[in-house]
Amino acid sequence: MARDSAAAAVDSEDAAAPVSAATVELRGITKRFPGVVANQDVDLTIRPGEVHALLGENGAGKSTLISMLAGLLQPDEGEIRVDGRSVVIDSPRRALQLGIGTVFQHVMLVPTLTVAENLMLGGPWWRRPDRDAVVRRFTEMAAAFGIDVDPDAVTGQLSLGEQQQVEIIRALWRGEGVLVLDEPTSMLTPKGIERLGALMRRLTARGIGVVFITHKLKEAFDFGDRVSVLRLGRMVGEIPPETLRGLDEKTATDRIIALMFGHPETPEADTPVERAAAIEGGRMTRRNPVDPRAPEVLAVEDVTLERPEGRPYVDGVSFAARRGEILGIAGIDGNGQKQLAEILSGQRRPDRGTIRLDGRAIERLGVPERHKAGLRYVTDDRLGEGTVAPFPVELNLVIKQIGEPPFWSGGMARAGAIQDHAEDLVEDYDVRTPSTRTPIGRLSGGNIQKTLLARELHGRAKAVIYNKPTYGLDLNNIRSARARIRDAADAGVATVLISTDLDELMELSDRIAVMLRGRLTGIVDNGPDARRRIAELMTGVDRP
Amino acid sequence: MMAGVEPEGGAGAAAAGGGGERWRAIGRSVLLTLTPVVLALVVAGLILVAVGVDPLTYYAYVVDRGLFSWLGLQETITRMAPLLLLGASLIVAFRAGIWNLGIDGQFLLAAVLVAALAPPMAQALPQWVVLPVCILVAAAAGAAWSLLPALLKAYQQVNEIITTLMMTFLGTSFANVLVKLFFRDPDTTVPQTRTLPVEDRIPRLFDTTINSGVILALIAVLVVHVVMTRTAFGLRLRTVGANPKAAVHAGLSVPRLTVATFAISAALAGAAGAVEILGVWGNVRADWNPGYGLAIIPLVFLARFNGYAVIAFVFAFSVLSIGGESASRRLGVPHFYILVLVALLLIFLAMVEYIDHRRRQAKSVS
Repeated sequence: MARDSAAAAVDSEDAAAPVSAATVELRGITKRFPGVVANQDVDLTIRPGEVHALLGENGAGKSTLISMLAGLLQPDEGEIRVDGRSVVIDSPRRALQLGIGTVFQHVMLVPTLTVAENLMLGGPWWRRPDRDAVVRRFTEMAAAFGIDVDPDAVTGQLSLGEQQQVEIIRALWRGEGVLVLDEPTSMLTPKGIERLGALMRRLTARGIGVVFITHKLKEAFDFGDRVSVLRLGRMVGEIPPETLRGLDEKTATDRIIALMFGHPETPEADTPVERAAAIEGGRMTRRNPVDPRAPEVLAVEDVTLERPEGRPYVDGVSFAARRGEILGIAGIDGNGQKQLAEILSGQRRPDRGTIRLDGRAIERLGVPERHKAGLRYVTDDRLGEGTVAPFPVELNLVIKQIGEPPFWSGGMARAGAIQDHAEDLVEDYDVRTPSTRTPIGRLSGGNIQKTLLARELHGRAKAVIYNKPTYGLDLNNIRSARARIRDAADAGVATVLISTDLDELMELSDRIAVMLRGRLTGIVDNGPDARRRIAELMTGVDRP
Repeated sequence: MMAGVEPEGGAGAAAAGGGGERWRAIGRSVLLTLTPVVLALVVAGLILVAVGVDPLTYYAYVVDRGLFSWLGLQETITRMAPLLLLGASLIVAFRAGIWNLGIDGQFLLAAVLVAALAPPMAQALPQWVVLPVCILVAAAAGAAWSLLPALLKAYQQVNEIITTLMMTFLGTSFANVLVKLFFRDPDTTVPQTRTLPVEDRIPRLFDTTINSGVILALIAVLVVHVVMTRTAFGLRLRTVGANPKAAVHAGLSVPRLTVATFAISAALAGAAGAVEILGVWGNVRADWNPGYGLAIIPLVFLARFNGYAVIAFVFAFSVLSIGGESASRRLGVPHFYILVLVALLLIFLAMVEYIDHRRRQAKSVS
């Protein structure tokens, strides 16, 4: 893979493009949303003539990061520099002026217009669009980039790959500076992916800096000159071209996996990681080992959820969690974990399988009955699903018990009981809220999560399912949430901990199961050798 | 634009109680409500000036006729009955996040059925049987007319704004067809249903012309308000309205609650039709369509889905519309000028809401 850095010189034909071959730097970028920290202190440098592969799982913060580059969002902290000059990208127009063009995951062209017409959109309203000039420039750029698309074709009739090429041209229309591609391979055929790779190489040969976002290791290695990894909103590592070139594929992917799923050697020197490392090194155990004769509180057998076509979401999953045990479920996002959690909580009916709580079959019970029976579920979507944002904290705390005593009697709400209950939980769980009547949507992510934990753990919780319980939280809240989970388990709660964060699983779990394509592919005891075995089970198929 | 309007009671309504926060919230919503009213009155007054009418004379005349004259006041209160029931219908729907814009169709069909049913029934049965049965039939008819949009929304997520509006077009025409083809009174030349004798109608209050339907309507609004803000059932509906995903998470059956919302809302709209026929008109003429539904929607928004506020606004609107009818005869201002006023209200409501939203956002950022 030869890279021609000499092509970084300004293209003389590019009269409409004052910006060319810029170096774009993100420095200390932090972006928060209600409930989550999407990016925390992220540094990223995009260099001319280089494909910078940005890897990360769903929810790692990739889309937020590029939305800030594209001018759709503003960072809360940190700065963006173009050629060393600090800039504010307050609109997509400004981004284009700075030479930063973005192609989003989903096609943003008007399908009923021709390619040329699509490119004419966005001009000033008072001026008649100059079709000939547009076609001329399109043909010029297409030739330069090695793209073969008819400017008069109706966009909706082009293949997705061709539409993407049109979008790339549009993104570079105002200047060949930096091109950001958000998961561009997700909608392409293998052939189309090859073609995109070749196109990226031609673009970098002209000196364009390309940000290539993906969650596939192989693509990052094949097409990237430099690979950066985002994890849980933080930049956890970068492999520069000098190093990357010297690595064979196997070693490189191993390095990347280590970055993606956490590694004891990562410079994060916070307690959870140290704890995980200590457990791994055999220097400590999570706590007293679980009595192997302890009763199985939550027993799941052969649970299956079909999907209309293709392999099932959840495929014959069986496991049992004992009293006081934490059973981790590892796996890359989207392998059926969410569906499994929803089946266990009662939000979804499985096509077959049995679920027993303390020996009693509960698969026919609804959410409130299971909640009452002691089976609780802490969802990963704390603002979108776990809470009703405009409702006060106190109502959110009883939302799974609507109509039940002591909070309702004869169908009427007992405001005092609801409020007292909320005040107790707010104090016990250290929820920082101005009042129990504050709409929960106004609280920070950490406090919303504390409220959810309070709701699910209070009373007689026997078995609790957590789905990514610390996703998007800051360190203090991560620590306190994990302490809650551990304490609850120590008090006898059978725990199922679904997480994509291997450190978290290593820190908390007694055993760790791996979920892949809807199946549990294995369960390993947590200990010195667990990380390697889990990573193998987890990424085996993602390897080339 | 209206999606930005939040029910004021939605947040803290389940828990009554004291505290400065509550009073501040009430003060805020009073301010948010009165500002658009004042702005609308001022701008509408400017329009009157432009067409050469003194706005003060006009407003004074409207208030005098609609409120301060005894006959006018009785008419005003009579007018409130159907509007209040329709308001109750919309409170249920809007608080549950269902945009039932088909209340005019539900109202009209129920009215026609009642107009057809009541006269023959009144000949055979005592009044205390006829009136409740007719109101129940009307409620059932209204609910039935919402069934299709309800099922489409509950099971196919088809946008109910479109389907209910379409059902209103169908319902209006269907009501006409019923009057002209099936329920036509053979003894009159104009196409209309048989007329219910005055003595068989809903009894009047004391010595007035006001029929006691308004009492029923007031009770309906108050019951709906309490159900939506204080009961478990109301909270379930509001949860579905505020966040359907959270409703599923809490184990609520979203489709079933959606159908229930439609049924209750449309049944109240149907009952409004019954009260209007049984209390005021006694029959339905072909092409009769008072269009109360479109008038009440902005009022319910203005009231932020609060039952007490709906009562106040319906009263004010009735004064305007009864007074406006007299004023249009006397001062030459078209009758539909009242609708201009309501439209202005709505526009200013949206603007004030938007500004308040921006202000609060700015505050929460800093």
